[in-house]
Amino acid sequence: MNLGHVARRPAEPQDTESANGLSRRSFLQAGAAAGGGLMLSLSLPLSSGEAEAADAGVFEPNAFIRIDGDGQIVLTMPYVEMGQGDYTAIPMLIAEELEVGLNQVRLEHAPPNEKLYGNPLLAGVQATGGSTAIPAAWEPMRQAGATARTMLASAAAKRWNVDPKSCRAYGGEVLHAPTGRRLRYGELAADAASMPVPATVVLKRPEDFNLIGTPAKRLDTPAKVNGSAVYGIDARPLGVKIATLAQSPVFGGRVKTMDDAAAKAVNGVRQIVRLDDAVAVVADHMGAAKKGLAALTIEWDGGPHAQLTTAEIASELERATLESGPVAQNIGDVGKTMEIAVAKVEAIYQVPFLAHATMEPMNCTVHVREDSCEVWVGSQVIARAQAAAAKAAGLPLEKVVVHNHLIGGGFGRRLEIDGVARAVEIAKHVDGPVKVVWTREEDIQHDMYRPYFFDRISAGLDEKGMPVAWNHRFAGSSILARWLPPAFNNGLDPDTTDGAIDLIYTLPNVRVEYLRVEPPGIPTAFWRSVGPSHNVFVTESFIDELAATAKQDAVAYRQALLDKSPRAKAVLELAAEKAGWGQPLPERVGRGVSVQFVFGTYLALVAEVEVSKDGAVRVRRVVGAVDCGVVVNPNIVQAQVEGAVIFGITAALYGEITLKDGRVEQANFDTYQMLRISEAPAIEVHIVQSSESPGGMGEAGTSAVANAIFAATGKRLRKMPVDANALKQPA
Amino acid sequence: MAFTIKVNGQKHSVDVDGDTPLLWVLRDVLGMTGTKFGCGMALCGACTVHIDGVATRSCVTPVDSIGESQITTIEAIGATKAGAKIQKAWLDNEVVQCGYCQSGQIMSASALLASNPHPTDSDIDDAMFGNTCRCGTYVRIREAIKRAAQSTGQEG
Repeated sequence: MNLGHVARRPAEPQDTESANGLSRRSFLQAGAAAGGGLMLSLSLPLSSGEAEAADAGVFEPNAFIRIDGDGQIVLTMPYVEMGQGDYTAIPMLIAEELEVGLNQVRLEHAPPNEKLYGNPLLAGVQATGGSTAIPAAWEPMRQAGATARTMLASAAAKRWNVDPKSCRAYGGEVLHAPTGRRLRYGELAADAASMPVPATVVLKRPEDFNLIGTPAKRLDTPAKVNGSAVYGIDARPLGVKIATLAQSPVFGGRVKTMDDAAAKAVNGVRQIVRLDDAVAVVADHMGAAKKGLAALTIEWDGGPHAQLTTAEIASELERATLESGPVAQNIGDVGKTMEIAVAKVEAIYQVPFLAHATMEPMNCTVHVREDSCEVWVGSQVIARAQAAAAKAAGLPLEKVVVHNHLIGGGFGRRLEIDGVARAVEIAKHVDGPVKVVWTREEDIQHDMYRPYFFDRISAGLDEKGMPVAWNHRFAGSSILARWLPPAFNNGLDPDTTDGAIDLIYTLPNVRVEYLRVEPPGIPTAFWRSVGPSHNVFVTESFIDELAATAKQDAVAYRQALLDKSPRAKAVLELAAEKAGWGQPLPERVGRGVSVQFVFGTYLALVAEVEVSKDGAVRVRRVVGAVDCGVVVNPNIVQAQVEGAVIFGITAALYGEITLKDGRVEQANFDTYQMLRISEAPAIEVHIVQSSESPGGMGEAGTSAVANAIFAATGKRLRKMPVDANALKQPA
Repeated sequence: MAFTIKVNGQKHSVDVDGDTPLLWVLRDVLGMTGTKFGCGMALCGACTVHIDGVATRSCVTPVDSIGESQITTIEAIGATKAGAKIQKAWLDNEVVQCGYCQSGQIMSASALLASNPHPTDSDIDDAMFGNTCRCGTYVRIREAIKRAAQSTGQEG
């Protein structure tokens, strides 16, 4: 999902640099290049004297780099670390051009400031999501490093009174080769701060890269293997109390009555906070808070959604798809071609609501004081978190200080600020800081869910069995319409249709329609790839159906449609070859394939599954081939594919959130299951070398499993998750 | 009620109800946040610690059940031979992604290696089944345990 073409949100009036106590002077300006591409320019510092006055001896050429007089190099991370490796890959981009080793840098979380740290691919929102970090950072972070390096070299040249061209930066020093003189960056920091900022800088040639393209070790690993890494849930401001909460089990419901006498009697419970639609128990520790919560008697008024069921939502979506909707893509004339097609294939697909189930449950720590508010949280949208806290606290933005943290799993859940607002609402009633920690049950039952989608899809085939018409209509929630309203236009948004339009296959007649239907009483949100998580499953399953109808091999059929997409064809061929496509397999074992181009990355997966007689599915092996353009760190790319494959299989085998009486029926990992190590397949990832612009790697899911199940059993599963009953071998 | 527990070789006196899960004593009372909360029902393993060397889910272990037993947490597991090997293998294999579950993964893996220096795939499945990872690092966890088992522990 590239939202580079969406108008950049104007900065909010209060969103000032001074609001965050920053001395950063320069900021990025994002502009939309033709075709939605990315174009960035690094704005220059307004005056060099300003920084010296603020921080003598410190060299701070832009918002990402600070070099102190003692040589300490601090990099401020514009994108957050939630496992996807940004806190290694982004430093690699900067360090490559700054000519320092990764062991020489220290990292800091960026403070909220959309002017400085807005994501140009997400319309300037300070957000980490949509697999945009590396594509968005690729140019500007290298520019930032090169600017600093150039200014340091100029400072050295001036001090030595030599031609800057005769100076070279390397390993945190500037060298003057003819005389063998050298100066460390720290020694040059004060001088560099007063050097003019170059209007343009020369970036290194790829053949000169020392870091980019190497499997450099992750910078966040050491702290994550010894317990010292600090996530939001680990924040412990002095005197912090711990709270846990019960929110209305029906979305939109309210507290009707509450008896808290027993809860108050629990040892360690300090306070009960009753809100309109939630109750929180504040205690000395989470053990007491949970015990207090269990002792509460709350009667809820479920409100308008108290009878809601998933079936009702699905029916509404189904009804919506009976009528035509906004056209996301139209090529040729599908109607006419369908009439003359030799064969027609039709299918209905459905994908369920899904919870994020990040391993770190939702939490947020807040200290509301009389005229200020301080927040500790791990957020993918830290500026929005600040704004949400300010709104909930009734304070101006500059009175709210927000500290970001490492994130124990994001997957889109922490692109939302509901947890921050909720924590502030509670903290307003508490004297001193309070950490609001959601139980796992609360986390699953009050998530904002990957939407349910209902799809009708059909194709017309020619006499050779190849598709000549493709007609796809689907209904479901638009997350962008809520999350970034300007991105929702004419009933369409670029996320919900991502993976359904601009297919990699050559299809002469295509019509794709999307109907936005918001489910009542259940909030929706981004969930690791969102649009593609749904659309790639549907389109790649359906292409597989067409191949089967045509009685053709699933790989060969796709290859025949990929002449105009050589990169897609290449990953497909590589994955098929490495997976041993076509080699015989035992009974009830099958291989399935999928190919996708989303987030700027081509990915082909071949899954090998075994289906037992009682219908249980085991994914034995997954082979992936990926072309994500320039690879910053192959180890991280590989890890991202491994993770996405597990995430996808988890959804395919277990993922389903259902509603009954308006309440989410799943509660913890017994009813909302995670794939476990014993179920994890062997995963091989093959990376195609490429010099194309880098694509995103966070969200390449898998739809190959359902196709493999078809190959193993002949049963086509058009509704996720897998229904083992449907796969039982007849006696 | 006051209890004295031994954590990482140090005695701590805490005043909580006897049924308070050890997890919250560690995290909220003693401020040792390396041990993580994931589910509260022993379903995910994020809270795994060692009690007398046995991998134990601290979220369902009442503090009054511990008595004189020795508790070891992620903060000190590197001081054990198996723990140091596992941590090094985790670094060498770049296992970690978000890292939130990894304290528990490392505690389970260390207990496995301490009791079974050369675990088979099936041993690994049995010992690690209770530790979920949402980022999907399972392939690397398995490789890292095998690497740790092969290492002599001498290479630092």
